[in-house]
Amino acid sequence: MELAQTLPQQQSWLRRLSWFDWAYAVALLAGAVVALKLYGDYMDGYEQAILVGTALSVAGLGWHWKAVRVLMIVLVAVSLWSISLYQGDLARAEQVFFLKYMISSQTAIMWMCFLYAMSGVAYWAGLLARADGLARAGTGFAWSATAMGFIGLLVRWYESYLIGTDVGHIPISNLYEVFVLFCIVTALLYLYYEGRYATRRLGAFVLLIILAAVWFILWYTFDRGAHEIQPLVPALQSWWMKIHVPANFVGYGAFSIAAMVGVAYLLADKGLLKRVLPPAELMDDVMYKCIAIGFVFFTIATILGAMWAAEAWGGYWSWDPKETWALIVWLNYAAWLHTRLIKGLRGPILAWWAIVGLLVTTFAFIGVNMFLSGLHSYGSL
Amino acid sequence: MAQHTRTRAAYDLLSSMRFAISLLTVLAIASVVGTVLKQAEPYPNYISQFGPFWFPVFEMLGLYDVYHAAWFLAILGFLVLSTSLCIYRNGPAMLREMRNFREQATERSLQHIRHRAEYELATPAAAVLQRATAYLAAQGFRFRTTVRGEDTLIAAKAGSYHRSGYLLTHCGIVVICVGGLLDGNVPLKLRQLAGQVVLETRDVPQSQVPPQSRLSPSNPSFRGNVNIPEGTSANVVFQNVADGYLVQDLPFTIALKKFHIEHYSTGQPRDFASDIVVVDHETGERFERTIRVNHPFVHRGIAIYQASFADGGTRMQLKGWPLLSPKVAPFDVAGAVNQATRITSGDTEIRVELSDFRPFNIEDLSANSAESSRIEVASVSKKVLAQLGSGAADLSKKDLRNVGPSFQYRLRDAQGQAREFSNYMLPLQLEGSWYLMTGVRSNPNEGFRFLRLPLDPDGRIDGHMQLRAVLLDEKAWPEIGRRFARNAVSGSTVPAEMRARLAESAEKVLQLFAMRGFESVGQFIEKGIPRAEQEKAADVYVKVLEGAALEALQLARERAKLPPATFEPQTLRFVRDTLTSVSDSFAYGAPVYLQLVQYEEVKASGLQLTRAPGQNIVYGGSLMLVLGVFAMLYIRERRIWLLVKPAQGKMLLAMATNRQTLENEREFERHKAALAGAVKG
Repeated sequence: MELAQTLPQQQSWLRRLSWFDWAYAVALLAGAVVALKLYGDYMDGYEQAILVGTALSVAGLGWHWKAVRVLMIVLVAVSLWSISLYQGDLARAEQVFFLKYMISSQTAIMWMCFLYAMSGVAYWAGLLARADGLARAGTGFAWSATAMGFIGLLVRWYESYLIGTDVGHIPISNLYEVFVLFCIVTALLYLYYEGRYATRRLGAFVLLIILAAVWFILWYTFDRGAHEIQPLVPALQSWWMKIHVPANFVGYGAFSIAAMVGVAYLLADKGLLKRVLPPAELMDDVMYKCIAIGFVFFTIATILGAMWAAEAWGGYWSWDPKETWALIVWLNYAAWLHTRLIKGLRGPILAWWAIVGLLVTTFAFIGVNMFLSGLHSYGSL
Repeated sequence: MAQHTRTRAAYDLLSSMRFAISLLTVLAIASVVGTVLKQAEPYPNYISQFGPFWFPVFEMLGLYDVYHAAWFLAILGFLVLSTSLCIYRNGPAMLREMRNFREQATERSLQHIRHRAEYELATPAAAVLQRATAYLAAQGFRFRTTVRGEDTLIAAKAGSYHRSGYLLTHCGIVVICVGGLLDGNVPLKLRQLAGQVVLETRDVPQSQVPPQSRLSPSNPSFRGNVNIPEGTSANVVFQNVADGYLVQDLPFTIALKKFHIEHYSTGQPRDFASDIVVVDHETGERFERTIRVNHPFVHRGIAIYQASFADGGTRMQLKGWPLLSPKVAPFDVAGAVNQATRITSGDTEIRVELSDFRPFNIEDLSANSAESSRIEVASVSKKVLAQLGSGAADLSKKDLRNVGPSFQYRLRDAQGQAREFSNYMLPLQLEGSWYLMTGVRSNPNEGFRFLRLPLDPDGRIDGHMQLRAVLLDEKAWPEIGRRFARNAVSGSTVPAEMRARLAESAEKVLQLFAMRGFESVGQFIEKGIPRAEQEKAADVYVKVLEGAALEALQLARERAKLPPATFEPQTLRFVRDTLTSVSDSFAYGAPVYLQLVQYEEVKASGLQLTRAPGQNIVYGGSLMLVLGVFAMLYIRERRIWLLVKPAQGKMLLAMATNRQTLENEREFERHKAALAGAVKG
């Protein structure tokens, strides 16, 4: 008697990969190799490592979360299309129909804003009317908005090089750009948990915080004209930016989701919307997962920031307001995790705490730039 | 005994999580204070902010340098102690737990575990055991089998490294703090307390700083700054501490050959770089390097960073023009940035402190630069359409131009009151005419208000200054009045009496104007003329003034031995601009305009030098922290017990995890279902 026949083993993860998974990974690596061949001479060793590392991590992410494969294919295809339409001439953004109204960076970001708004409406309608079709539409809108936001940033990256080769840089260097980054990272994280926990009921709440960011982007664009690509100050001209900033925003995004789920949790706890919201244990688990992943990325981001500071400012820790507030955020979530994991505390207190945590995080993110001065003043309003 | 229990109680408290969390909270709050109150500012700033009563109180609390205050370091020290004790207290048990299979678990204790299941054996125990262990091994579990009489217990575990996460994170925090304290200024504080090190508060050349305010090159950790002008060198850095500073001697000399700034086309700085030569004092080795932001040079564990830049004493040739005197002749002034010279104006002596020089200035000269930054009120769709397209700035709205060099200086009167001035070297074209611009402010927080000095039709400042001098020369007024009366009304039929009245009124207007410009003319009209006729009178006065000024122009040209001016529109405009300029000069706040004639730029590079032996320790601790956090959060520890009881024909399954999560629930269901196959016949 074969033992393996009687006891069904879960197949190993690698074995479960399909030909599509492999083709996807090979295509990504091939893309990285082409990029290295074309532009490798303009990069230093760190930047080349980051490029390869990114290709590998995106491949791994796609293997783990299949939807990412489709997203990546769309991003690559549309961005390359946009770049080909430009033909190296910025003025064509005004002349070519598809650039002007679809896939130039500003237009794509405007589409992102619109689609997130639609997503929010659909999620809320789906939640209140208990209509799964509407909620599904919310998911669809959220995916398309995320894709548009990503395309906007990728094309913006290219546009910055069209302004001048010395101006070109990854578009995560000022408050406007990182707000777009925040929207798409938060949405992606949420969509991941939506798929994993098979519930669309929390989308309405998460979209609230994304829409707050969208509102800020619109205000910043129309009132301040802050969407214009600016060249980098010398301190930001470093490969560290490419890893420090995204890592931070995974943290911020995850903490935001945790807080919004906390809001849903508290509402359900008070008996509001209880019948349409997922069970408390599920919300509690999502909240924990988000804070955990956020904490990991925030820890890494803060350490990377310290290492960058050591190179740019002459010391890994200067008690600069941004650094100090990052520490406060970190301490706050460290305490949250201690309380939950070691003391085993559950329930409304942790939900309240997650919300307060977001307030602290928001202050560290924007408040420091607005009210306190310091070395980290790139993102000032 | 009592002593013993008290020690024990203190140990329990210090190593408790409650205490650690309280410390973290206090640390967080204390840190907030340091971000709200600007740290390490010059002390006079704090005095003016808090007043003489609160200033010493806050000083005593160390609020001006919270992060280096004794109490703050004490909190950090307690945190290290508490975390270390916590590791000492729980670490050994954790390690034991990691190795332990808990094969001593009794059937009763297994019955109390939440996740458990019972199966009926439908196949011999040996086969069950074989299948079950094979399954567990394939699932990544390690196990021990113990036989208890007839029963057999399989104790299995997976994810034990979860517990190493605990050790790694906590050790990581201790390591980071230790590294940080090494690089902090604790030893320096102690030496200060012992009186071995005394802060220098005087503004003296560093060579005169006494030994007790100097730190030797062997100082293990420091962070200091130094400004080096081009062509000079430094072998010390300055460490600012509280209201004084210390001089840190370096084991090498840094010479600055050249400092470079590159700019983007929009005028923003793109790159700062210093060509330096480092010469080691001991070995005499020489290193020529270029350091730039984000690219320091490290020698002997001391990292040299590009931190800032400044003017290093640009030498300037200036021409001083008296603004409110009938004298025309300019005088020469020579000076350099960061130096002071004296000039005399009449009987008073004025101190000129040259403070800065900028080789170029990029300004937005578009006519509506103020308006174009705002989007006009338009329909929403129009607004949105305007934002579509690329993210590139719309440069067509701006007119960015380099308007050339400028320099700044302060004039200090006998009372010590200073006004700050900013003068452009090159003239600026505004509304079609050319002006020299000089800005003034009495408060550093304000913007500059600009005085325009119009260039004469030959494009020089001299004509303006000559006209100005004549306008303010009371000896010239009668002559101007006569000429004005003669030319204002032509023809021989005009009675002499009327000409005399005209001459007199021209003289009178000039006299009024020389008092405080248009202001004094206006005051005269307001006081002396009935309200109803004021407007008309003002018109007349201005006409007379302008007429007189045109005569003054001719007189000035005669004095300068120049041919008379022809009357073209730009001549009239020049005269009007001069009148405005003279009138504004009364509010300018200085009797002299300093014109930049020539300069020789000297830049200085601001370097920061740090020695931080704790840096790699901190990085090591950080790595431990990250690995530990991963292990703690993403490795799930799971234990499975299978108790096979052939006598009763039963098998008991129990699964315990250190944490309740939805995954664990799911995993239990999976194992439960899979193991059902093990007992089948």
